[in-house]
Amino acid sequence: MTKKKEITKTTYQLPIGPIHPALKEPVMFEFEIDGERIVDVDVSLGHVHRAIEWAGMRRNSIQILYLAERICGICSISHPIAFARAVEDACDIEVPERAGYLRVIQCELERICSHMLWAGVAAHEIGFDSVLFLTWEMREKVLDLTEYLTGNRITKAIITIGGVRRDITKDQLPKIHETLNYFKDNFEKLRKIFLDDKTFKLRSQDCGILTYDDALKLCAVGPTTRASGVKKDVRVDQAYAAYGDLDIDYITPDVLTGEVNGDVYDRIIVRLLEVKQSIELIEQAITGMPSGDIVSEPKIPKLLNHIKKTAGEGIGRHEAPRGEVIHYVKFDGEHENPYTWKVRASTYNNILPWIPMLKGEQIADIPIVAASTDPCMSCTNRVAIVDQNKKYELDKEQLHKLSVEKTRRLMR
Amino acid sequence: MTDKKRLTPEELVKYFKDEFKTKIKHAEIKKRTAGSKKKEFVNIWMKIDKSIFKGVIKHLCDYQFPHLAVVSGNDLGKNIELIYHFSVNFGTRLEEISLNIAVELPKSKPEIETICDFVPGALITEREKQEMLGVKIIGIPDSRRLFLPEDFPEGVYPWRKDEKGMEKMIRNLHEVKK
Repeated sequence: MTKKKEITKTTYQLPIGPIHPALKEPVMFEFEIDGERIVDVDVSLGHVHRAIEWAGMRRNSIQILYLAERICGICSISHPIAFARAVEDACDIEVPERAGYLRVIQCELERICSHMLWAGVAAHEIGFDSVLFLTWEMREKVLDLTEYLTGNRITKAIITIGGVRRDITKDQLPKIHETLNYFKDNFEKLRKIFLDDKTFKLRSQDCGILTYDDALKLCAVGPTTRASGVKKDVRVDQAYAAYGDLDIDYITPDVLTGEVNGDVYDRIIVRLLEVKQSIELIEQAITGMPSGDIVSEPKIPKLLNHIKKTAGEGIGRHEAPRGEVIHYVKFDGEHENPYTWKVRASTYNNILPWIPMLKGEQIADIPIVAASTDPCMSCTNRVAIVDQNKKYELDKEQLHKLSVEKTRRLMR
Repeated sequence: MTDKKRLTPEELVKYFKDEFKTKIKHAEIKKRTAGSKKKEFVNIWMKIDKSIFKGVIKHLCDYQFPHLAVVSGNDLGKNIELIYHFSVNFGTRLEEISLNIAVELPKSKPEIETICDFVPGALITEREKQEMLGVKIIGIPDSRRLFLPEDFPEGVYPWRKDEKGMEKMIRNLHEVKK
């Protein structure tokens, strides 16, 4: 082996992207490769920058809600809720108790959706397409429920400043329980596939490791950081919506296995257990939900007038499926539109942790390692559309083929 | 995470005030409640003098390794304000404190030291501040652009509200590539 290394002393560059290897979203990786091993990684962003913050600063707060919803298709509740919290913080708006509980239910439904989608993508990346169909079939049930509760599958327009826009009535409860029970019944099947399957273990254990120190120092968020043992979850850390009332704890992989490795397998554990946690949270929220108003100020012109007269700043944090999102707003007291609006999506903080994860791995591991943080590029890039078509690409098909081949090799 | 005693919000503000005295220009603790049980969550807003900026970050890291959520920025006319949104005391139920440290830089000399030597995860957000606000981060390990394309004009900063902002560029988009 050492002899061979001397012959191929120079490393070579492998650009991947802007068409993404693991997801259908653009990001650009430049790898330095030695044989099959990754020596160094550089990530470049900005390929789907849509100037959303810039556009937002020219709109009033209610209009921004709908814009925020479209930052990301999967986190279409997380961004509005973070924005609404920021405005509530800046303008001292109290959220009614019932609205807090309704927010929890919607957020947790979104989390189940997102984690199931991710589980399917992860299975696909290593060539396990039957699992993709299984998980997405289960996800479909949650989407149906979301549609039943909000009127829409993806962009739900349910969050508003000071509360939510639709109540959940008593006659809607059976359908919710039905979906949750379906998940409970099928959870064991999922657990078996993802955590006990030999091939899954071969591909995901000791692969893409992020150590505790790296996760903390690089400010990673969400399941990525919790899989490395860092206890950081906005829902547990802070009292907001109704999370302060509910029974909830940090999910780190040692809950199940007794140890923390920070590899892809641990990230699968964390997400799977969080699906279970979300189901429990929804049940708790339904049982504990008090009656009352669902929004603090139903008259929108009155609300906007209040915001217009307020000079102040505020932040709103929320634990999205991928990790903490934070919005910052500042109002100048004269205009309806915010003076400044800053959005920080979860993937933004999970870019740097990719570097230690990918270093030392094989080319065929790129898709699953990159996908293991559940990256979302549209969230991260927010300002202008950029075309970079001058670089050589190893396209997704080829990469995917490499990954599938590795799985087949291991299975033999 | 260190095993040091966890400070309450009031103690945390005192911890900084004892060290930096009047250089902490303003400190406010905002407490809000949520849910039926009215559990509290805390935001601390601090405004500090630019001269002690690096000291404050070091002092914070001495207490506990913070989580840096993001750095946001405002164009205040004569000055540029950067706000570092940290959180500390996470990892225990309902004990997190959001610590927002603001520092103002004059537009004539918009420069500030990097904090990447203490918090390596700050790199992405510092790169973004350089290209979006035209702030110079001294000692940043990687000063390339982050989101803006390579052919974006020099000296135009999207978050500025003065003549260096985007208004003029947007009105004359046909001239951009000339």
